[in-house]
Amino acid sequence: MTPEEWQAVLLSLRVAFFATLVSLPFGILVAMALARWRFPGRQILNGLVHLPLILPPVVTGYLLLLTFGRRGTVGQWLAELGIIFAFNWTGAVLAAAVMAFPLLVRAIRLSLEAVDPGLEAAAGTLGASPIWVFATVTLPMILPGIIAGAVLAFAKAMGEFGATITFVANIPGQTQTLPSAIYALLQVPGGEERAMRLVVIAIAVAMSALLLSEWVSRAIARRIAS
Amino acid sequence: MTLSVSIRHPLAHFALDLAFDAGPGVTAIFGRSGAGKTTLVNAVAGMLRPAEGRIELNGEVLSEGRHFVPPHKRRIGYVFQDGRLFPHLTVRQNLLYGRWFSGGGADVGRIVDMLGLAPLMDRRPARLSGGEKQRVAIGRALLCAPRLLLLDEPLAALDTARKAEILPYLERLHEEGLPILYVSHSVAEVMRLAARVILLDAGRIVGSGAPADLLSDPASGLSGSESGALIPAHVAAREADGLARFDTAAGPVFLPTDQPVGAAAVIRIHAQDVMIALFPPAGISALNVLPAVVEQTIPRGHETLVRLRLGPEALLARITTRSAAALGLAPGLTCHAILKTVAIADYSVSEGVTTGVFSERSR
Repeated sequence: MTPEEWQAVLLSLRVAFFATLVSLPFGILVAMALARWRFPGRQILNGLVHLPLILPPVVTGYLLLLTFGRRGTVGQWLAELGIIFAFNWTGAVLAAAVMAFPLLVRAIRLSLEAVDPGLEAAAGTLGASPIWVFATVTLPMILPGIIAGAVLAFAKAMGEFGATITFVANIPGQTQTLPSAIYALLQVPGGEERAMRLVVIAIAVAMSALLLSEWVSRAIARRIAS
Repeated sequence: MTLSVSIRHPLAHFALDLAFDAGPGVTAIFGRSGAGKTTLVNAVAGMLRPAEGRIELNGEVLSEGRHFVPPHKRRIGYVFQDGRLFPHLTVRQNLLYGRWFSGGGADVGRIVDMLGLAPLMDRRPARLSGGEKQRVAIGRALLCAPRLLLLDEPLAALDTARKAEILPYLERLHEEGLPILYVSHSVAEVMRLAARVILLDAGRIVGSGAPADLLSDPASGLSGSESGALIPAHVAAREADGLARFDTAAGPVFLPTDQPVGAAAVIRIHAQDVMIALFPPAGISALNVLPAVVEQTIPRGHETLVRLRLGPEALLARITTRSAAALGLAPGLTCHAILKTVAIADYSVSEGVTTGVFSERSR
């Protein structure tokens, strides 16, 4: 493997890791809001969260560019604070996080809806304030859902292509993730063989993530059952 | 230590509209399913905000108008019908959960001993029997140092053997010196555990008093064929033919039983199983005949309920109005109560309003 290919693999892992990590707290919050709270605009929030799932990725990427680009409304303001997304690896993180967000929220929301509200009420009668109830009862009980959602989000972030390439382009060493590296190689005559190596790595990473999440979920279920 | 409730809250088919006080000891909230029992205790626990009225505990107003103390600040222990143990925590962690929030005043060792929980401490709820789960739930509620204990049909989800296993622990709860509200639709449980009963029907209190008085009071709402009497008894002797003599304040009663001499029991007699004779009956197969005095007659169409006094005990008889007239039954008349069926109220089983279940019968 060439250093360039390694860079692409490592960048993808880094992007996927931070995209998952940063979106987790927001994902839990939004899942709580959608599953538990009744407020005006709940359906609108639900739609917004799911939008990246149904929009063409290139549209999402373009919207990100309009908003968070150097001349974008939010991007201009963030640039003054020294936070730059456009054509930067952090932009790839943002694009991946937005694209993976619906999957994360869905998994957490499903596990939240499976939690018996009676258990939370019982914790309340035992003196736990709502925040403590969440920390000591709800959170441990939705942990398998959080892990499943996080793994799904990680895999999606690893594979994100359309929004990423639109938002932060395809700069080797800076914004060239695994999928964009494969795409670039396929544009060059004789690049198929090198592309194939990256394809195998992509499959290996995705499979490992999936197996790991299965294993962790089972370990948690076993702990609760025994 | 007093709970004082006076609330109104609309429900689907009727409104909960009641007022009562409860001091230390067990007060049973008794009524059929859907009478509003659980709604009432949920309002006391703060899981439901009553539309109107006031709930006060030891002088502190928990709920009145816009003032509402949330459940976690009430220090009211709640034992749910389904236990609601935290599945991801061990028994020990479940027990200590509330204690941690209350600042750790309660004596863990004493509660663990009282409920026999020591061998279960390291298990998770999934590996407990139904009875064990309820014992842990009771311990968990007691360890949050509650000012009031609510038990919402804690035995309803258990089978006969498990009920029998838990009842002795429940009987010791009154030693805690707390006010306890015990929701039940089982006469047997109420008789065994409660000092006082509040009868609830369609959201209203239709009677209250000592359990035995309510059951033999035809006006209490436990009317019709369900009316009966519950009389405390103990096994005085085992006789050669397999029957045992139970001594009661109303006289001796003969019943088959496996219980040893000295064992305590409560005997239950349904109103329709009592015949009245003016003279000591002769040549009759019924074993159990007790002298009685007519206290009250309540005609209800072609039937008449007769309240009999047998020493300190009371007994209801349901006979035809024609028989009552023929015998000239009137308050003060001495007579004999012929008990067609007598049963030992089996506290370990109960179902339905006032049906109870009777393990041993004698005709």
